Amino acid sequence: MTEIWQGLIRAVHMLISFDAEVVEISLRTLSIAGTSSLLAALISLPIGTLIHFRQFRGKRALINIIQTLYFLPTVIVGLFVFVLFSRAGPLGELGILFTPQVMIVGQMVLITPIMLGMTISALSGVRKELLETATSLGASGFQLGLLVLREARYAVLAALILGFGRALSELGVAMMVGGNIDGYTRMMTGAIWLATQRGDLELAMSLGIILLFLALMISIVLNRLQQRRTQ
Amino acid sequence: MSHQSSAIKITGLTHTYGTREVLKNVNLSIDKGEVFALIGPTGAGKTTLLRIIDLLETPTSGELYFDGRPIPQSGRQRLEIRRRISFIHQKPQFFDSSVYDNVACGLRWRGGKENAISNKVRTILETVGLNGYDNRDARTLSGGEAQRVALARALVLEPEVLLLDEPTANLDPVSVKKIERVIRSIARQRSTTMIMATHDMSQGQQLADRIGVLVEGTLVQTGNAADVFRSPQTEDVAHFVGMENMIDGTIAVNNDGIAAVNIGSGPDITIQAVSRHPAGTRVCACVRPEDITLAPVTHRSSARNSFQGRVTTVASSGPLSRVEADCGFPLVALITRLSAEELGLEEGISVVADFKATAVHIIERSTDQ
Repeated sequence: MTEIWQGLIRAVHMLISFDAEVVEISLRTLSIAGTSSLLAALISLPIGTLIHFRQFRGKRALINIIQTLYFLPTVIVGLFVFVLFSRAGPLGELGILFTPQVMIVGQMVLITPIMLGMTISALSGVRKELLETATSLGASGFQLGLLVLREARYAVLAALILGFGRALSELGVAMMVGGNIDGYTRMMTGAIWLATQRGDLELAMSLGIILLFLALMISIVLNRLQQRRTQ
Repeated sequence: MSHQSSAIKITGLTHTYGTREVLKNVNLSIDKGEVFALIGPTGAGKTTLLRIIDLLETPTSGELYFDGRPIPQSGRQRLEIRRRISFIHQKPQFFDSSVYDNVACGLRWRGGKENAISNKVRTILETVGLNGYDNRDARTLSGGEAQRVALARALVLEPEVLLLDEPTANLDPVSVKKIERVIRSIARQRSTTMIMATHDMSQGQQLADRIGVLVEGTLVQTGNAADVFRSPQTEDVAHFVGMENMIDGTIAVNNDGIAAVNIGSGPDITIQAVSRHPAGTRVCACVRPEDITLAPVTHRSSARNSFQGRVTTVASSGPLSRVEADCGFPLVALITRLSAEELGLEEGISVVADFKATAVHIIERSTDQ
Protein backbone atom coordinates (compact mmCIF):
# COMPACT_ATOMS: atom_id res chain seq x y z
CA MET A 1 0.00 0.00 0.00
CA THR A 2 2.80 2.42 0.90
CA GLU A 3 4.35 1.70 -2.49
CA ILE A 4 1.21 2.84 -4.29
CA TRP A 5 0.98 5.88 -2.06
CA GLN A 6 4.59 6.85 -2.72
CA GLY A 7 4.08 6.22 -6.42
CA LEU A 8 1.12 8.60 -6.40
CA ILE A 9 3.09 11.30 -4.61
CA ARG A 10 5.96 11.00 -7.06
CA ALA A 11 3.50 11.00 -9.95
CA VAL A 12 2.08 14.33 -8.75
CA HIS A 13 5.64 15.60 -8.48
CA MET A 14 6.31 14.58 -12.08
CA LEU A 15 3.24 16.47 -13.15
CA ILE A 16 4.09 19.63 -11.22
CA SER A 17 7.68 19.65 -12.46
CA PHE A 18 6.57 19.16 -16.10
CA ASP A 19 8.59 15.94 -16.49
CA ALA A 20 9.93 15.89 -20.06
CA GLU A 21 8.71 12.37 -20.87
CA VAL A 22 5.21 13.01 -19.49
CA VAL A 23 4.88 16.28 -21.41
CA GLU A 24 6.18 14.74 -24.61
CA ILE A 25 3.82 11.75 -24.51
CA SER A 26 0.85 13.94 -23.58
CA LEU A 27 1.44 16.38 -26.42
CA ARG A 28 1.90 13.56 -28.93
CA THR A 29 -1.31 11.93 -27.76
CA LEU A 30 -3.23 15.19 -28.06
CA SER A 31 -1.84 15.92 -31.50
CA ILE A 32 -2.58 12.45 -32.92
CA ALA A 33 -6.05 12.20 -31.38
CA GLY A 34 -6.72 15.85 -32.26
CA THR A 35 -5.71 15.36 -35.90
CA SER A 36 -7.79 12.21 -36.32
CA SER A 37 -10.77 13.93 -34.67
CA LEU A 38 -10.43 16.99 -36.90
CA LEU A 39 -10.26 14.86 -40.05
CA ALA A 40 -13.13 12.64 -38.89
CA ALA A 41 -15.19 15.80 -38.20
CA LEU A 42 -14.42 17.16 -41.68
CA ILE A 43 -15.85 13.93 -43.10
CA SER A 44 -18.76 13.55 -40.68
CA LEU A 45 -20.26 17.05 -40.83
CA PRO A 46 -20.87 17.33 -44.60
CA ILE A 47 -21.73 13.65 -45.07
CA GLY A 48 -23.98 13.65 -42.01
CA THR A 49 -25.78 16.74 -43.30
CA LEU A 50 -26.17 15.16 -46.71
CA ILE A 51 -27.57 11.92 -45.28
CA HIS A 52 -29.94 13.96 -43.11
CA PHE A 53 -31.42 15.87 -46.05
CA ARG A 54 -31.42 13.23 -48.77
CA GLN A 55 -34.14 10.64 -48.99
CA PHE A 56 -32.90 7.40 -50.50
CA ARG A 57 -33.55 3.70 -50.33
CA GLY A 58 -31.72 2.00 -47.50
CA LYS A 59 -31.27 5.21 -45.51
CA ARG A 60 -32.64 3.62 -42.35
CA ALA A 61 -30.38 0.58 -42.84
CA LEU A 62 -27.34 2.81 -43.42
CA ILE A 63 -27.99 4.68 -40.18
CA ASN A 64 -28.40 1.36 -38.36
CA ILE A 65 -25.04 0.18 -39.68
CA ILE A 66 -23.36 3.44 -38.67
CA GLN A 67 -24.82 3.14 -35.18
CA THR A 68 -23.67 -0.48 -34.88
CA LEU A 69 -20.12 0.68 -35.62
CA TYR A 70 -20.20 2.80 -32.44
CA PHE A 71 -19.35 -0.42 -30.61
CA LEU A 72 -16.54 -1.48 -32.90
CA PRO A 73 -13.80 -3.02 -30.71
CA THR A 74 -10.53 -1.12 -31.08
CA VAL A 75 -8.58 -4.34 -31.73
CA ILE A 76 -10.86 -5.13 -34.68
CA VAL A 77 -10.08 -1.71 -36.18
CA GLY A 78 -6.41 -2.35 -35.37
CA LEU A 79 -6.51 -5.67 -37.17
CA PHE A 80 -8.36 -4.24 -40.18
CA VAL A 81 -5.97 -1.30 -40.59
CA PHE A 82 -2.97 -3.55 -39.95
CA VAL A 83 -4.01 -5.90 -42.75
CA LEU A 84 -4.73 -2.97 -45.03
CA PHE A 85 -1.33 -1.35 -44.54
CA SER A 86 0.89 -4.38 -43.92
CA ARG A 87 3.51 -4.99 -46.59
CA ALA A 88 1.39 -7.60 -48.39
CA GLY A 89 -1.83 -5.58 -47.94
CA PRO A 90 -3.57 -3.45 -50.59
CA LEU A 91 -2.07 -0.23 -49.20
CA GLY A 92 1.23 -1.82 -48.16
CA GLU A 93 3.17 0.11 -50.77
CA LEU A 94 2.64 3.31 -48.84
CA GLY A 95 4.91 1.90 -46.17
CA ILE A 96 3.33 3.84 -43.35
CA LEU A 97 2.67 0.99 -40.92
CA PHE A 98 3.97 1.88 -37.42
CA THR A 99 3.85 5.62 -38.07
CA PRO A 100 1.65 8.33 -36.53
CA GLN A 101 -0.05 8.72 -39.95
CA VAL A 102 -1.45 5.20 -39.91
CA MET A 103 -2.52 5.68 -36.29
CA ILE A 104 -4.53 8.70 -37.42
CA VAL A 105 -6.14 6.61 -40.16
CA GLY A 106 -7.00 3.90 -37.65
CA GLN A 107 -8.49 6.33 -35.17
CA MET A 108 -10.53 7.93 -37.94
CA VAL A 109 -11.98 4.51 -38.81
CA LEU A 110 -12.79 4.09 -35.12
CA ILE A 111 -14.45 7.44 -34.42
CA THR A 112 -16.00 8.52 -37.74
CA PRO A 113 -19.08 6.30 -37.19
CA ILE A 114 -19.63 7.91 -33.78
CA MET A 115 -19.28 11.45 -35.09
CA LEU A 116 -21.33 10.70 -38.21
CA GLY A 117 -24.15 8.85 -36.49
CA MET A 118 -24.46 11.33 -33.67
CA THR A 119 -24.36 14.26 -36.10
CA ILE A 120 -27.25 12.72 -38.02
CA SER A 121 -29.31 12.30 -34.88
CA ALA A 122 -28.35 15.80 -33.73
CA LEU A 123 -29.65 17.26 -37.00
CA SER A 124 -32.88 15.28 -36.85
CA GLY A 125 -33.62 17.22 -33.66
CA VAL A 126 -34.07 20.40 -35.71
CA ARG A 127 -37.72 20.93 -36.53
CA LYS A 128 -38.85 20.44 -40.10
CA GLU A 129 -40.95 23.59 -39.92
CA LEU A 130 -37.85 25.63 -39.15
CA LEU A 131 -36.11 24.38 -42.27
CA GLU A 132 -39.21 25.12 -44.32
CA THR A 133 -39.18 28.65 -42.95
CA ALA A 134 -35.57 28.99 -44.10
CA THR A 135 -36.50 27.61 -47.53
CA SER A 136 -39.33 30.13 -47.77
CA LEU A 137 -36.92 32.91 -46.85
CA GLY A 138 -34.75 31.93 -49.80
CA ALA A 139 -32.02 29.71 -48.37
CA SER A 140 -30.22 27.56 -50.95
CA GLY A 141 -29.50 23.90 -50.26
CA PHE A 142 -26.00 24.71 -49.04
CA GLN A 143 -27.24 27.56 -46.83
CA LEU A 144 -29.87 25.20 -45.43
CA GLY A 145 -27.09 22.74 -44.53
CA LEU A 146 -25.12 25.42 -42.70
CA LEU A 147 -28.28 26.55 -40.92
CA VAL A 148 -29.20 23.09 -39.67
CA LEU A 149 -25.66 22.57 -38.34
CA ARG A 150 -25.85 25.94 -36.64
CA GLU A 151 -29.26 25.23 -35.11
CA ALA A 152 -28.02 21.88 -33.76
CA ARG A 153 -24.58 23.25 -32.85
CA TYR A 154 -24.54 22.08 -29.23
CA ALA A 155 -25.56 18.54 -30.07
CA VAL A 156 -23.18 18.44 -33.03
CA LEU A 157 -20.30 19.68 -30.89
CA ALA A 158 -21.13 17.00 -28.33
CA ALA A 159 -20.86 14.38 -31.10
CA LEU A 160 -17.41 15.66 -32.08
CA ILE A 161 -16.15 15.79 -28.51
CA LEU A 162 -17.34 12.26 -27.83
CA GLY A 163 -15.37 11.06 -30.87
CA PHE A 164 -12.27 12.91 -29.64
CA GLY A 165 -12.65 11.28 -26.23
CA ARG A 166 -12.75 7.85 -27.80
CA ALA A 167 -9.61 8.55 -29.87
CA LEU A 168 -7.81 9.82 -26.77
CA SER A 169 -8.58 6.80 -24.64
CA GLU A 170 -8.25 3.90 -27.08
CA LEU A 171 -5.35 1.45 -26.89
CA GLY A 172 -5.91 -1.22 -29.54
CA VAL A 173 -5.32 0.84 -32.69
CA ALA A 174 -2.34 2.70 -31.24
CA MET A 175 -0.62 -0.52 -30.21
CA MET A 176 -1.44 -2.67 -33.23
CA VAL A 177 -0.72 -0.23 -36.07
CA GLY A 178 1.40 2.34 -34.21
CA GLY A 179 3.61 -0.22 -32.53
CA ASN A 180 4.04 1.78 -29.31
CA ILE A 181 7.45 3.03 -30.49
CA ASP A 182 9.20 5.17 -27.88
CA GLY A 183 9.42 8.81 -28.89
CA TYR A 184 7.49 8.22 -32.13
CA THR A 185 4.14 6.48 -31.85
CA ARG A 186 3.80 5.96 -28.12
CA MET A 187 0.54 7.42 -26.79
CA MET A 188 -0.56 7.81 -23.18
CA THR A 189 -2.56 4.59 -23.07
CA GLY A 190 0.33 2.62 -24.56
CA ALA A 191 2.82 4.28 -22.21
CA ILE A 192 0.65 3.46 -19.20
CA TRP A 193 0.43 -0.17 -20.32
CA LEU A 194 4.20 -0.45 -20.83
CA ALA A 195 5.17 1.42 -17.64
CA THR A 196 2.86 -0.82 -15.62
CA GLN A 197 4.45 -3.90 -17.21
CA ARG A 198 7.89 -2.59 -16.28
CA GLY A 199 6.82 -1.69 -12.76
CA ASP A 200 7.34 2.05 -13.35
CA LEU A 201 4.17 2.92 -11.43
CA GLU A 202 5.08 6.63 -11.02
CA LEU A 203 5.06 7.24 -14.78
CA ALA A 204 1.97 5.06 -15.27
CA MET A 205 0.07 6.90 -12.57
CA SER A 206 1.07 10.39 -13.61
CA LEU A 207 -0.04 9.67 -17.18
CA GLY A 208 -3.19 8.06 -15.79
CA ILE A 209 -3.96 11.21 -13.82
CA ILE A 210 -3.56 13.37 -16.93
CA LEU A 211 -5.79 11.04 -18.94
CA LEU A 212 -8.46 11.10 -16.22
CA PHE A 213 -8.14 14.87 -15.99
CA LEU A 214 -8.71 15.17 -19.76
CA ALA A 215 -11.70 12.84 -19.46
CA LEU A 216 -13.06 15.04 -16.70
CA MET A 217 -12.66 18.16 -18.84
CA ILE A 218 -14.43 16.49 -21.75
CA SER A 219 -17.23 15.37 -19.49
CA ILE A 220 -17.65 18.88 -18.08
CA VAL A 221 -17.78 20.41 -21.56
CA LEU A 222 -20.29 17.75 -22.67
CA ASN A 223 -22.46 18.46 -19.65
CA ARG A 224 -22.41 22.18 -20.38
CA LEU A 225 -23.45 21.51 -23.97
CA GLN A 226 -26.29 19.25 -22.86
CA GLN A 227 -27.55 22.02 -20.61
CA ARG A 228 -27.44 24.55 -23.46
CA ARG A 229 -29.49 22.20 -25.58
CA THR A 230 -32.25 21.79 -23.05
CA GLN A 231 -32.48 25.50 -22.27
CA MET B 1 -56.77 38.35 -68.31
CA SER B 2 -53.38 38.28 -70.00
CA HIS B 3 -50.38 36.54 -68.51
CA GLN B 4 -48.56 39.86 -68.38
CA SER B 5 -50.79 41.37 -65.73
CA SER B 6 -51.05 38.36 -63.45
CA ALA B 7 -48.50 37.80 -60.72
CA ILE B 8 -49.73 34.29 -60.07
CA LYS B 9 -51.82 32.14 -62.35
CA ILE B 10 -53.05 28.68 -61.51
CA THR B 11 -54.83 26.39 -63.95
CA GLY B 12 -56.46 23.03 -63.31
CA LEU B 13 -54.47 22.49 -60.13
CA THR B 14 -55.15 19.29 -58.20
CA HIS B 15 -53.18 18.04 -55.23
CA THR B 16 -53.46 14.78 -53.35
CA TYR B 17 -51.92 13.50 -50.13
CA GLY B 18 -52.01 9.75 -50.49
CA THR B 19 -55.56 9.11 -51.61
CA ARG B 20 -57.00 12.31 -50.19
CA GLU B 21 -57.66 15.11 -52.67
CA VAL B 22 -56.87 18.33 -50.82
CA LEU B 23 -57.19 20.62 -53.84
CA LYS B 24 -59.56 19.94 -56.71
CA ASN B 25 -59.17 21.62 -60.09
CA VAL B 26 -58.32 25.08 -58.77
CA ASN B 27 -58.21 27.89 -61.32
CA LEU B 28 -57.09 31.28 -60.11
CA SER B 29 -55.39 34.35 -61.47
CA ILE B 30 -54.05 37.06 -59.22
CA ASP B 31 -53.09 40.46 -60.60
CA LYS B 32 -49.92 42.27 -59.72
CA GLY B 33 -50.48 44.48 -56.71
CA GLU B 34 -53.73 42.78 -55.84
CA VAL B 35 -54.58 41.79 -52.28
CA PHE B 36 -56.39 38.48 -52.43
CA ALA B 37 -57.94 36.76 -49.44
CA LEU B 38 -58.38 33.03 -49.48
CA ILE B 39 -61.09 32.22 -47.00
CA GLY B 40 -62.54 28.95 -45.93
CA PRO B 41 -62.92 26.73 -42.91
CA THR B 42 -59.95 24.95 -41.35
CA GLY B 43 -58.83 22.02 -43.47
CA ALA B 44 -60.16 23.48 -46.71
CA GLY B 45 -56.75 23.38 -48.37
CA LYS B 46 -55.72 27.03 -47.96
CA THR B 47 -52.30 26.26 -46.50
CA THR B 48 -51.59 23.63 -49.15
CA LEU B 49 -52.42 26.12 -51.91
CA LEU B 50 -50.05 28.70 -50.38
CA ARG B 51 -47.32 26.06 -50.00
CA ILE B 52 -47.68 25.17 -53.68
CA ILE B 53 -47.45 28.84 -54.69
CA ASP B 54 -44.28 29.16 -52.55
CA LEU B 55 -42.85 26.12 -54.41
CA LEU B 56 -42.57 24.16 -51.18
CA GLU B 57 -44.70 21.49 -52.79
CA THR B 58 -45.22 20.39 -56.37
CA PRO B 59 -48.86 19.95 -57.30
CA THR B 60 -50.00 16.49 -58.35
CA SER B 61 -51.35 17.98 -61.58
CA GLY B 62 -52.09 21.37 -63.06
CA GLU B 63 -50.02 24.41 -63.97
CA LEU B 64 -48.61 27.24 -61.96
CA TYR B 65 -47.34 30.44 -63.58
CA PHE B 66 -45.27 33.07 -61.84
CA ASP B 67 -45.08 36.47 -63.53
CA GLY B 68 -46.51 34.95 -66.71
CA ARG B 69 -44.00 32.11 -66.95
CA PRO B 70 -44.46 28.45 -66.01
CA ILE B 71 -42.46 27.26 -63.01
CA PRO B 72 -39.17 25.71 -64.12
CA GLN B 73 -37.92 22.31 -62.98
CA SER B 74 -34.34 23.13 -62.03
CA GLY B 75 -33.67 23.75 -58.36
CA ARG B 76 -31.56 26.83 -59.07
CA GLN B 77 -34.33 28.51 -61.07
CA ARG B 78 -36.95 27.57 -58.52
CA LEU B 79 -34.77 29.17 -55.84
CA GLU B 80 -34.62 32.37 -57.92
CA ILE B 81 -38.42 32.48 -58.03
CA ARG B 82 -38.80 31.57 -54.38
CA ARG B 83 -36.56 34.51 -53.54
CA ARG B 84 -39.12 36.85 -55.09
CA ILE B 85 -41.84 35.45 -52.80
CA SER B 86 -42.16 35.61 -49.03
CA PHE B 87 -44.32 33.29 -46.99
CA ILE B 88 -45.46 33.98 -43.46
CA HIS B 89 -46.37 30.65 -41.95
CA GLN B 90 -49.24 30.30 -39.53
CA LYS B 91 -47.02 29.34 -36.61
CA PRO B 92 -43.85 31.34 -37.13
CA GLN B 93 -40.62 29.45 -36.46
CA PHE B 94 -37.53 31.27 -35.32
CA PHE B 95 -33.86 30.48 -35.63
CA ASP B 96 -31.91 30.09 -32.43
CA SER B 97 -30.54 33.64 -32.54
CA SER B 98 -31.48 37.26 -31.93
CA VAL B 99 -34.42 39.13 -33.46
CA TYR B 100 -31.91 41.06 -35.58
CA ASP B 101 -30.31 37.89 -36.99
CA ASN B 102 -33.69 36.34 -37.65
CA VAL B 103 -34.78 39.35 -39.68
CA ALA B 104 -31.41 39.68 -41.43
CA CYS B 105 -30.99 36.04 -42.47
CA GLY B 106 -33.01 36.24 -45.71
CA LEU B 107 -30.98 39.24 -46.85
CA ARG B 108 -27.71 37.51 -45.97
CA TRP B 109 -28.71 34.45 -47.96
CA ARG B 110 -29.28 36.70 -50.96
CA GLY B 111 -25.85 38.21 -50.46
CA GLY B 112 -25.36 41.83 -49.55
CA LYS B 113 -23.26 44.25 -47.56
CA GLU B 114 -23.79 44.02 -43.80
CA ASN B 115 -24.14 47.83 -43.76
CA ALA B 116 -27.08 47.85 -46.13
CA ILE B 117 -28.62 44.85 -44.36
CA SER B 118 -28.35 46.59 -41.02
CA ASN B 119 -30.15 49.68 -42.33
CA LYS B 120 -32.95 47.64 -43.84
CA VAL B 121 -33.42 45.53 -40.71
CA ARG B 122 -33.66 48.58 -38.45
CA THR B 123 -36.10 50.32 -40.77
CA ILE B 124 -38.39 47.30 -40.98
CA LEU B 125 -38.31 46.69 -37.21
CA GLU B 126 -39.48 50.28 -36.81
CA THR B 127 -42.26 49.70 -39.35
CA VAL B 128 -43.66 46.81 -37.34
CA GLY B 129 -43.18 48.72 -34.08
CA LEU B 130 -40.36 46.62 -32.67
CA ASN B 131 -37.42 49.02 -32.57
CA GLY B 132 -35.09 48.18 -29.73
CA TYR B 133 -35.83 44.47 -30.01
CA ASP B 134 -32.63 43.76 -32.04
CA ASN B 135 -30.80 41.76 -29.40
CA ARG B 136 -33.77 39.94 -27.91
CA ASP B 137 -33.81 36.17 -28.23
CA ALA B 138 -36.34 35.55 -30.97
CA ARG B 139 -37.63 32.44 -29.24
CA THR B 140 -38.73 34.21 -26.09
CA LEU B 141 -41.15 36.67 -27.69
CA SER B 142 -44.88 36.84 -26.99
CA GLY B 143 -47.30 35.65 -29.69
CA GLY B 144 -48.01 39.14 -31.02
CA GLU B 145 -44.35 40.17 -31.03
CA ALA B 146 -43.34 36.91 -32.68
CA GLN B 147 -45.87 37.38 -35.47
CA ARG B 148 -44.58 40.92 -36.06
CA VAL B 149 -40.98 39.66 -36.25
CA ALA B 150 -42.18 37.07 -38.78
CA LEU B 151 -43.83 39.89 -40.73
CA ALA B 152 -40.64 41.99 -40.57
CA ARG B 153 -38.53 39.01 -41.65
CA ALA B 154 -40.69 38.55 -44.75
CA LEU B 155 -41.16 42.24 -45.58
CA VAL B 156 -37.47 43.16 -45.31
CA LEU B 157 -36.93 41.05 -48.44
CA GLU B 158 -39.26 43.38 -50.37
CA PRO B 159 -41.00 40.44 -52.03
CA GLU B 160 -43.05 40.81 -55.19
CA VAL B 161 -45.55 38.37 -53.76
CA LEU B 162 -46.32 38.02 -50.07
CA LEU B 163 -48.13 34.93 -48.84
CA LEU B 164 -49.74 35.06 -45.42
CA ASP B 165 -51.20 32.01 -43.72
CA GLU B 166 -53.64 33.04 -41.00
CA PRO B 167 -51.41 35.95 -39.93
CA THR B 168 -53.54 36.82 -36.92
CA ALA B 169 -54.74 33.42 -35.73
CA ASN B 170 -54.55 32.95 -31.96
CA LEU B 171 -53.55 36.57 -31.29
CA ASP B 172 -55.06 39.06 -28.88
CA PRO B 173 -57.23 41.82 -30.43
CA VAL B 174 -54.58 44.54 -29.95
CA SER B 175 -51.94 42.49 -31.79
CA VAL B 176 -54.44 41.69 -34.52
CA LYS B 177 -55.05 45.41 -35.07
CA LYS B 178 -51.32 46.15 -35.21
CA ILE B 179 -50.66 43.43 -37.76
CA GLU B 180 -53.64 44.38 -39.90
CA ARG B 181 -52.38 47.98 -39.89
CA VAL B 182 -48.94 46.92 -41.15
CA ILE B 183 -50.44 44.70 -43.86
CA ARG B 184 -52.71 47.52 -45.00
CA SER B 185 -49.90 50.08 -45.15
CA ILE B 186 -47.60 47.71 -47.04
CA ALA B 187 -50.33 46.96 -49.56
CA ARG B 188 -50.86 50.68 -50.08
CA GLN B 189 -47.22 51.83 -50.19
CA ARG B 190 -45.39 49.04 -51.96
CA SER B 191 -48.10 47.60 -54.19
CA THR B 192 -46.98 44.13 -53.12
CA THR B 193 -49.15 41.31 -54.40
CA MET B 194 -50.60 39.56 -51.38
CA ILE B 195 -52.38 36.29 -50.94
CA MET B 196 -53.74 35.86 -47.46
CA ALA B 197 -55.38 32.76 -46.09
CA THR B 198 -57.82 33.43 -43.30
CA HIS B 199 -60.83 31.83 -41.74
CA ASP B 200 -61.91 35.26 -40.55
CA MET B 201 -64.45 36.54 -43.06
CA SER B 202 -64.37 40.09 -41.77
CA GLN B 203 -60.58 40.27 -41.99
CA GLY B 204 -60.77 39.18 -45.61
CA GLN B 205 -63.42 41.78 -46.22
CA GLN B 206 -61.40 44.58 -44.65
CA LEU B 207 -58.01 43.88 -46.19
CA ALA B 208 -58.62 42.30 -49.55
CA ASP B 209 -59.50 43.60 -52.99
CA ARG B 210 -60.90 40.22 -53.90
CA ILE B 211 -61.93 37.11 -52.02
CA GLY B 212 -61.85 33.46 -52.95
CA VAL B 213 -63.80 30.92 -50.94
CA LEU B 214 -62.19 27.51 -50.65
CA VAL B 215 -64.36 24.69 -49.35
CA GLU B 216 -63.05 21.14 -49.19
CA GLY B 217 -60.39 21.77 -51.79
CA THR B 218 -62.65 23.48 -54.29
CA LEU B 219 -62.53 27.17 -55.03
CA VAL B 220 -66.29 27.65 -54.96
CA GLN B 221 -66.51 31.39 -55.49
CA THR B 222 -64.26 34.35 -56.21
CA GLY B 223 -65.27 37.97 -56.36
CA ASN B 224 -65.06 41.24 -54.52
CA ALA B 225 -65.79 41.10 -50.84
CA ALA B 226 -69.28 42.62 -51.03
CA ASP B 227 -70.37 40.14 -53.69
CA VAL B 228 -69.20 37.12 -51.79
CA PHE B 229 -70.63 38.45 -48.57
CA ARG B 230 -74.03 39.45 -49.98
CA SER B 231 -74.50 36.95 -52.77
CA PRO B 232 -72.86 33.62 -52.01
CA GLN B 233 -73.25 31.20 -54.91
CA THR B 234 -73.48 27.98 -52.97
CA GLU B 235 -74.85 26.87 -49.64
CA ASP B 236 -71.32 26.14 -48.41
CA VAL B 237 -70.23 29.70 -49.09
CA ALA B 238 -73.46 31.08 -47.63
CA HIS B 239 -72.88 29.12 -44.49
CA PHE B 240 -69.30 30.29 -44.25
CA VAL B 241 -70.04 33.99 -44.75
CA GLY B 242 -72.50 34.02 -41.87
CA MET B 243 -75.87 33.33 -43.49
CA GLU B 244 -77.25 31.72 -40.38
CA ASN B 245 -80.77 31.40 -41.69
CA MET B 246 -80.84 29.03 -44.62
CA ILE B 247 -84.34 27.87 -45.37
CA ASP B 248 -85.06 25.23 -48.01
CA GLY B 249 -88.07 25.74 -50.25
CA THR B 250 -89.47 25.87 -53.76
CA ILE B 251 -90.40 28.95 -55.77
CA ALA B 252 -94.16 29.01 -56.14
CA VAL B 253 -94.51 32.07 -58.37
CA ASN B 254 -92.23 34.74 -59.70
CA ASN B 255 -93.75 38.14 -60.47
CA ASP B 256 -91.28 40.45 -62.16
CA GLY B 257 -88.35 39.40 -60.02
CA ILE B 258 -90.22 39.10 -56.75
CA ALA B 259 -90.46 35.41 -55.98
CA ALA B 260 -92.67 33.70 -53.44
CA VAL B 261 -90.79 30.80 -51.87
CA ASN B 262 -92.87 28.03 -50.35
CA ILE B 263 -90.86 26.62 -47.53
CA GLY B 264 -90.81 23.00 -46.59
CA SER B 265 -92.57 23.09 -43.26
CA GLY B 266 -96.04 23.91 -44.67
CA PRO B 267 -97.82 25.27 -47.73
CA ASP B 268 -99.01 28.30 -45.85
CA ILE B 269 -95.57 29.71 -45.11
CA THR B 270 -94.14 31.84 -47.93
CA ILE B 271 -91.06 34.01 -48.04
CA GLN B 272 -90.89 36.90 -50.49
CA ALA B 273 -87.52 37.33 -52.12
CA VAL B 274 -85.83 39.20 -54.93
CA SER B 275 -84.91 36.49 -57.41
CA ARG B 276 -84.80 35.69 -61.11
CA HIS B 277 -85.41 31.96 -60.66
CA PRO B 278 -88.62 30.67 -62.26
CA ALA B 279 -91.46 28.90 -60.44
CA GLY B 280 -90.69 25.32 -59.51
CA THR B 281 -86.99 25.90 -58.75
CA ARG B 282 -85.78 24.23 -55.59
CA VAL B 283 -83.94 26.91 -53.68
CA CYS B 284 -82.38 27.85 -50.41
CA ALA B 285 -83.50 31.21 -48.99
CA CYS B 286 -80.70 32.82 -47.00
CA VAL B 287 -81.17 35.65 -44.53
CA ARG B 288 -78.47 37.25 -42.41
CA PRO B 289 -79.45 37.37 -38.74
CA GLU B 290 -78.55 41.07 -38.59
CA ASP B 291 -81.09 41.81 -41.35
CA ILE B 292 -83.98 40.60 -39.22
CA THR B 293 -85.80 43.02 -36.92
CA LEU B 294 -87.90 41.92 -34.00
CA ALA B 295 -90.95 43.79 -32.74
CA PRO B 296 -93.80 43.27 -30.28
CA VAL B 297 -96.82 41.37 -31.70
CA THR B 298 -98.91 44.58 -31.73
CA HIS B 299 -96.52 46.13 -34.26
CA ARG B 300 -97.78 46.61 -37.83
CA SER B 301 -95.07 45.84 -40.30
CA SER B 302 -94.36 47.28 -43.73
CA ALA B 303 -91.82 44.56 -44.53
CA ARG B 304 -92.76 41.99 -47.14
CA ASN B 305 -91.82 39.20 -44.79
CA SER B 306 -93.38 39.26 -41.37
CA PHE B 307 -93.73 36.19 -39.19
CA GLN B 308 -95.07 35.77 -35.71
CA GLY B 309 -93.18 33.37 -33.52
CA ARG B 310 -92.10 32.39 -30.06
CA VAL B 311 -88.66 33.09 -28.66
CA THR B 312 -86.77 29.89 -27.87
CA THR B 313 -83.40 31.25 -26.70
CA VAL B 314 -81.76 34.60 -26.03
CA ALA B 315 -77.98 34.73 -25.77
CA SER B 316 -76.13 37.99 -25.23
CA SER B 317 -72.49 38.62 -25.93
CA GLY B 318 -71.10 42.14 -25.73
CA PRO B 319 -73.46 44.73 -27.19
CA LEU B 320 -75.42 42.19 -29.25
CA SER B 321 -78.08 39.61 -28.50
CA ARG B 322 -78.67 36.53 -30.56
CA VAL B 323 -82.31 35.57 -30.51
CA GLU B 324 -83.71 32.30 -31.81
CA ALA B 325 -87.39 32.13 -32.52
CA ASP B 326 -89.76 29.46 -33.80
CA CYS B 327 -91.95 30.99 -36.50
CA GLY B 328 -93.13 27.65 -37.87
CA PHE B 329 -89.53 27.41 -39.00
CA PRO B 330 -86.47 28.35 -36.95
CA LEU B 331 -85.19 31.90 -37.38
CA VAL B 332 -82.11 33.53 -35.85
CA ALA B 333 -81.94 37.30 -35.37
CA LEU B 334 -79.08 39.45 -34.21
CA ILE B 335 -80.25 42.64 -32.46
CA THR B 336 -78.70 45.08 -30.05
CA ARG B 337 -78.75 44.09 -26.44
CA LEU B 338 -80.56 47.34 -25.67
CA SER B 339 -83.48 46.57 -27.96
CA ALA B 340 -83.63 43.01 -26.66
CA GLU B 341 -84.04 44.45 -23.17
CA GLU B 342 -86.63 47.00 -24.33
CA LEU B 343 -88.66 44.23 -25.94
CA GLY B 344 -88.32 42.20 -22.75
CA LEU B 345 -87.22 39.23 -24.81
CA GLU B 346 -86.98 35.94 -23.00
CA GLU B 347 -87.88 32.37 -23.68
CA GLY B 348 -91.57 31.89 -24.50
CA ILE B 349 -92.34 35.51 -25.43
CA SER B 350 -94.16 36.07 -28.70
CA VAL B 351 -92.58 38.42 -31.24
CA VAL B 352 -92.87 39.47 -34.86
CA ALA B 353 -89.83 38.93 -37.04
CA ASP B 354 -89.56 41.19 -40.10
CA PHE B 355 -87.19 41.24 -43.02
CA LYS B 356 -87.24 42.81 -46.46
CA ALA B 357 -87.49 40.88 -49.70
CA THR B 358 -84.12 42.39 -50.66
CA ALA B 359 -82.55 40.90 -47.54
CA VAL B 360 -83.28 37.41 -48.81
CA HIS B 361 -80.59 35.84 -50.97
CA ILE B 362 -81.73 32.92 -53.10
CA ILE B 363 -79.39 30.06 -53.98
CA GLU B 364 -80.51 27.41 -56.42
CA ARG B 365 -80.06 24.00 -54.85
CA SER B 366 -78.23 21.40 -56.81
CA THR B 367 -80.53 18.60 -57.92
CA ASP B 368 -78.73 15.82 -56.11
CA GLN B 369 -79.50 17.31 -52.71
